Amino acid sequence: MIPPATPDLVIAVPRGALMRESLDRLDAIGIDTSEVRSNHRKLLFADIGIVTMRPSDVPTYVEAGAADVGITGKDVITEQPDRDVYELMDLGYGACTMVLATVDGPDPSVEALRRLGVMRVATKYYKTAAAYFEATGRQAEIVEVKGSVELAPLTGLVEAIVDLTATGTTLRENNLVIREEIFVSTARLIANPVSHKLKAAAIDTMLEKLRAD
Amino acid sequence: MRPQIHPIPSGTRDVLPDEMRELRDITEAVRGIFEHDGYGEVWTPALEYENVLARGGGAPPAYRVMDDHGEVLALRTDMTVPIARLVATRFAAAEPPLRLCYFGHAYRGVRPHRGQMREFLQAGIELVGAPGPEGTAEALTVLHHALDAVGLRGFRIGLGDASLYPMLLRSHGVGSDDVGLLMDTLVNRDFVALEAAIGRLGLDDDDAELLLRVPQIRGGPDVLADAGGPLADAVGGLARLYELLAPEVAARVIFDLGLVRKMGYYTGAVFDVYDPALGAPLGGGGRYDDLLGRFGRPLPAVGFALTIDRLHIALTGEEKVVQP
Repeated sequence: MIPPATPDLVIAVPRGALMRESLDRLDAIGIDTSEVRSNHRKLLFADIGIVTMRPSDVPTYVEAGAADVGITGKDVITEQPDRDVYELMDLGYGACTMVLATVDGPDPSVEALRRLGVMRVATKYYKTAAAYFEATGRQAEIVEVKGSVELAPLTGLVEAIVDLTATGTTLRENNLVIREEIFVSTARLIANPVSHKLKAAAIDTMLEKLRAD
Repeated sequence: MRPQIHPIPSGTRDVLPDEMRELRDITEAVRGIFEHDGYGEVWTPALEYENVLARGGGAPPAYRVMDDHGEVLALRTDMTVPIARLVATRFAAAEPPLRLCYFGHAYRGVRPHRGQMREFLQAGIELVGAPGPEGTAEALTVLHHALDAVGLRGFRIGLGDASLYPMLLRSHGVGSDDVGLLMDTLVNRDFVALEAAIGRLGLDDDDAELLLRVPQIRGGPDVLADAGGPLADAVGGLARLYELLAPEVAARVIFDLGLVRKMGYYTGAVFDVYDPALGAPLGGGGRYDDLLGRFGRPLPAVGFALTIDRLHIALTGEEKVVQP
């Protein structure tokens, strides 16, 4: 099939863990993504209307209208609550859990809260963690880290971490245990608020196909 | 010599002559339309008493100061609430309808980005004492004139009704707490959360499907024609409004049954302005038939505001697109 010269929609596709299943779903609704799969360095595929990027950039492109729709994790959307985008559909795949974890044994975060009044928590999800501790009435000092969060409680930097886990393997390997599950994150389809109106037919057609798939 | 740095507050910016000339072209074009259509320009103070703004129920103020008497003042977050105050006090006995327009800065505590600063210039009208649908049709006509005069070609007007979905929910026996919850998911543009919230209501499948489908309905006048059953009444107001619009205005309308605006004071028809050259609405407005009553002069009213920066960005964006 020859792809249309100008695709109806520009779709932001996440690289990384969500990429393969995202491309599978797009294939299933009639977008030929073989070029994206075979070319790992190229980012923009204009003739099929796909742009690829890290998941946390997807809301940025979609909010600005640089992409009409996009696929990203609920964890990313939760961490960027003031992005003005539509959340249209739970795509169901890429399930992960946002958890509060500490080292095994007696919970050091409980003792810190009881004796020092504040628990220290390392995370890459600053807003998610801050909102969670506010909602559960605990004082927490959020320490934002960029790399492996698991290291922080092992070195005494913090008493707990808030992080996303799929299987829990990395946590177990580092002697960490899940204390609380905060929410389950799956892949979501999001849309730019203006595209949602001006390209309503194309977006609704895409939604129908995704639901039927 | 080390350069000196004199910062300006986050979300504000300077405008230099080249840009200012282009902005002036826009505001003068809009001002010409407002004047021609019979709307007299007013100024109100950028600072108001916080409790006066709170009475109007607009967006919460981002900037507050205390004056020399210990009174709390706030920078206005829109022009609609100050003009409601102005009408109730300065035009307390004037014969309606009143036609007023404004060009003024408003202030909100947003995350600053292109097209959305914390200080932003709005141009708009308020038509006070003219009930819908005739008053709304007049406001939409002025809106169309203004966008046309600015030189925008691709704009569309999304048209909905703030009372439509709450009424539909109540007619299905949804309690007011749940109505609030469901409306919050719509304001947050989150249809996944809306579907989950509807699922928890325990309605039968047909009703649940209807409640999820309706706020996602958008398109031409055929979406009103297709609306049968319990929805027919709800869209009746929009259909009557549509009949009053001149063909060139009607051609710009996209019906959007899920359209909600963040300001709490809207009561009936609401609208947003879109242009394919910008990923955010250029402005919007709607009916606020209860707002004037809060200030002691109960009159139905309708108005809209356009964000001048966004008109400017959309205009420059349209220049880049090859016109057919």
